[in-house]
Amino acid sequence: MGSTNSTLSKIPNVEELMQETGFTPAHIVRLYDRFEALDKEKTGHLRPQDFGAINRLAMNPIGDRIIGAFFSPGQETVDFHSFVRTLAHFRPVDKKRPKDPSMPEPVNSRTSKLKFAFQLYDQDKDGKISRAELLQVLRSMLEMQVTEEQLESIADRTIQEADLDKDDAISFEEFRKVPPARALRLTYQHGAFAAQGTQNTKTCKVHAHRK
Amino acid sequence: MSTMGGLSQMKLAVNFLTIGLVILSLPCGSYTEIPPKPPGSVTVLPPVKPAGGPQAFPDAENSNLPVFTMDYARIQVPFEVTLWVLLASFAKIGFHVYHKITFWVPESCLLISIGLIVGAIMHSVHEEPPAVLSYNVFFLFMLPPIVLESGYFMPTRPFFENVGTVLWFAVVGTLWNSIGIGMSLYAVCQIEAFEVQDINLQENMLFAAIISAVDPVAVLSVFEDVSVNEQLYIVVFGECLFNDAVTVVLYNMFIFVADMPVVEPVDVFLGVARFFVVGLGGMGFGVIFGFVASFTTRFTSNVREIEPLFIFMYSYLAYLVAELFSISSIMAIVTCALTMKYYVEENVSQRSCTTIRHVVKMLGTISETLIFFFLGVVTITTEHEWNWGYIMFTLLLALVWRGLGVLVLTQIINPFRTIPFNFKDQFILGYGGLRGAISFALVFTLPDSIGRKKLFLTTTICMIMFTVFIQGISIRPLIEFINVRRTNRNLETINVEIHSRLIEHTIAGVEDLCGQWSHYYWKDKFLKFNNRILRKILIRDNRAESSIVALYKKLELQNAMEILDTVSGDINAGSSIVSLQYVYPLSPSSSCSLSLSLYFALSLILLLSLSLACSPSLSLSLVLSLTLSCSLFFMCHTHGIPRLSANEHSGLEPPRL
Repeated sequence: MGSTNSTLSKIPNVEELMQETGFTPAHIVRLYDRFEALDKEKTGHLRPQDFGAINRLAMNPIGDRIIGAFFSPGQETVDFHSFVRTLAHFRPVDKKRPKDPSMPEPVNSRTSKLKFAFQLYDQDKDGKISRAELLQVLRSMLEMQVTEEQLESIADRTIQEADLDKDDAISFEEFRKVPPARALRLTYQHGAFAAQGTQNTKTCKVHAHRK
Repeated sequence: MSTMGGLSQMKLAVNFLTIGLVILSLPCGSYTEIPPKPPGSVTVLPPVKPAGGPQAFPDAENSNLPVFTMDYARIQVPFEVTLWVLLASFAKIGFHVYHKITFWVPESCLLISIGLIVGAIMHSVHEEPPAVLSYNVFFLFMLPPIVLESGYFMPTRPFFENVGTVLWFAVVGTLWNSIGIGMSLYAVCQIEAFEVQDINLQENMLFAAIISAVDPVAVLSVFEDVSVNEQLYIVVFGECLFNDAVTVVLYNMFIFVADMPVVEPVDVFLGVARFFVVGLGGMGFGVIFGFVASFTTRFTSNVREIEPLFIFMYSYLAYLVAELFSISSIMAIVTCALTMKYYVEENVSQRSCTTIRHVVKMLGTISETLIFFFLGVVTITTEHEWNWGYIMFTLLLALVWRGLGVLVLTQIINPFRTIPFNFKDQFILGYGGLRGAISFALVFTLPDSIGRKKLFLTTTICMIMFTVFIQGISIRPLIEFINVRRTNRNLETINVEIHSRLIEHTIAGVEDLCGQWSHYYWKDKFLKFNNRILRKILIRDNRAESSIVALYKKLELQNAMEILDTVSGDINAGSSIVSLQYVYPLSPSSSCSLSLSLYFALSLILLLSLSLACSPSLSLSLVLSLTLSCSLFFMCHTHGIPRLSANEHSGLEPPRL
C-alpha cells in the first residue's frame, strides 16, 4: 500500500523496531498515526500532558500509573520508539516461538506481561509490592466505597494470601503464582491476527479478558 | 452400645415406613365405581355428625357408620405424581451411597437404567406409563425448572466474555449439523438395501433438525462433575442452551414444509426472518421480565416471606409467554434468569436469597431426575421400528458432522478469541455434544402424518442412549487421558480479583490511548448506564460496590463460618452445637444383615401375593414398592446413616432455651 510505505519511510529505524516488537507494518502505521494525533505540538515526543489530554484515560482509576509506565525512569518525554515498545507488551503471546534461552525474552511473552503488570503496582521499582503501594492501588480503584480501615483489612488479607516468605510484601515470584491463565489477559489484538505474519487492517478489536 | 441400638431402631422405623407405604399404595385404582357423595342431607342414622368425606353406601339405612373409607380416585393424580417423584428421588439416594459408581458413571446413565427396569416391569404387566414426555407435560412442566437452574447459576462474566463464540457455535453449529445430517441421511435413504426410500427430503431434514441439537439436560449432568477449563465449559454450556432458537425455527419450518409438496425460496427467506424473531424475541422477553421482576423486588421489603415467589413466577411467565408466541422459550427463561439475578440478589434478604438458590437447584434436580428416569421407562414402552441401516448411519453421521463442524467453526473463530481452542479442547467440544430428552419429546409429538414416525422414535432413542451412555461414561477418562486444561475451581482469592480489576482498567486505558474501541468499550458504557440509571430504578438501596469489596466480605464471612466448625457447610437447625459425622461403609454386622434379608424377603412375598390380584393398576404399587425396597436395601446396607461421634454423644439433646 502506497500510504503505508510512505508513512513507514518517515519513521527512523522502522525495520529494527518491527523486528524487536513483532508489530506488522500495518500496526506501526496505525500507531504512528495515533502518535501524531496525540502529539499536538508536533515535537516528535509526547509529554505527560499529552497523555492527560485523553479524557477517558484521565478518568481511569489507574490512568496515571498507565501513563507512568510509558516513561522510563528519568525520562520526561516519550518518543515513538518507546511508545511502540511499551505497547508491544500487549501483543498476543506467540505460541510458536522456539524456546531459545540465549535470546532475550520477547516483549509480549507471558513473563514480560506479568512484569509489566507488576510494575503498575510497584511504583518505586524496588522489586516488591509493599503494603503501602498496595494500599495506594486499592485506594485508587475503590475510591470512595470503603473506609480506611476496610482498605487496610483488604490489603492485609491480600498480602496474607500471596506472601509466602512472610516479609509483608509481594515479590515478583510470589506475584507470578497468581494463576497466569486466568489472571493475565494483557492482550491487545488487532482484528483477525494473533501471530506474526498475517495482515489485516480492516478490523481492529481490543479484547480484554479478565481473570 | 446405644449407637448400635440407634442403628437397628432406625432400620425398624424404615421397615415400617416401607410397609406402610406399600399398604397405602395398595388400592391403586381398585375402586372402579365411586360411590356418589351424599347431598348434604342427613341420613336416617343414629344422631351423629355427618362425615366430611363420601359415605360408602348411602342407601343402606341400617348399616353403621363406616369407620374406614377409601376414595382413591379423588387423589389419584397427585398421589401418583408424588409417588413417581419419590421413586426417582429414592433411586438418586441409592446411587450416592455407592460413591464409586457416581464417580465413573454419570447419574443420568444410572437413572436411565433404573427407568429401563421399571419400564420393563410396567410393560410386562401391560400398564401404560404416565405421559411425562409428551409435548405439553414435558415442555410446560419438566423443562422449565432445569433451564431456570442453568440460567440462574450460569457464571455471568465468563459467559459475556465468550458470548460471541457461544452464539457462533449455537447458531451456525446447529445449522451446519442439521443441514449436513439431513442431506446425508437423504442420500443414505436412496440406497435400496435399507428400505427407507419413502422418507423424503423434508422428513429427513426435520428429523436431522431434531437430533442435531445438543441437549442441555444431558450435557449439564455430565459436565457438572468433570472440571474442564472454564472457557470450554462455558462454550458447551452456552451452546446447548442457546441452540434452542435454531431448533425451534428449523422444527417448525420443516413441519410446515413437510406437508407442502413444493418448497419455495421465499419460505427459506421467511425461515431466516423467523429465526431472528425467535431468537431476539426470546431474549427480549427474557430481559423485559427480568427487569420487571427486579423492579418488583424493590418493593418487597415488607413481605419477605413471598420474595422467592416472584423469581419463579416471573421466569415461568417469561417461559409461557414465549411459548405462546412460539418463540424460543428456553432463551427467554435463561435471559430472564441472567438479568434478574444481578438485581434481585441485591434487593432480597439473605434468607430469601438462600431460599431461591436452594429451591431453584432442587426443582432443577427433580426435573432432571424425572426426565432421565422416564426416558428409561418410555424406551421400553413405546413401539419401535428397527432398521439397522438408518440407525447406524444416523449415529455415524451425527458424530462425523459434529466433529467436522467443531473443527471448521473453531478454525474460523479462533483468531477472534484471546484464548484459542487447541485441539484437545476441540475434541472435547465435539465429543461433549450429547443428545437428550428434548429430542425425544420433539420426535414423540411429530404428527402422525409422518409415515416413519416409529423409526424416528427408535433412532432418537438409540442416539440418546449412545451419547448418554457411551460418550457420557467415557468422557471423564478421556479428559484425564488427553489432559485437557483443567480449571482450578478454588480461585476466589482477593489477589485474583484485584489483579483482574487492575487489568481491566489497564486495558481500558490502553484502548483509550490507542483510540480503538471494542466490545470492552460497550461493556464499559453499559456498566456506566447500569450504575447511573438501571441500578437507581431497580435496586432499593443503591450502594455501588466494587467486586473487590464484595468478594472480600464474602471471604471474611466464609472464614467466620469455618471457625464455627460445621462439616458440610450448613448449620443444622437442631444441633448447632453437636456436629454430625457421616460414617461411610462400615461392614454390616451379622444381626443387621439378617434382619435386612428377612425384611427384603418379606416384602417380596407380600408383593407377589398382592400381584396375584391381577389388577393391572396394581402394577404401579408393585413397581414402586419393589424399587423402594431395593433402594432402601442399598441405603441401609452401606450404613449411610448419620451417627453421633463419641465426643458429642452427651450433647445429644439441644439445650432448651
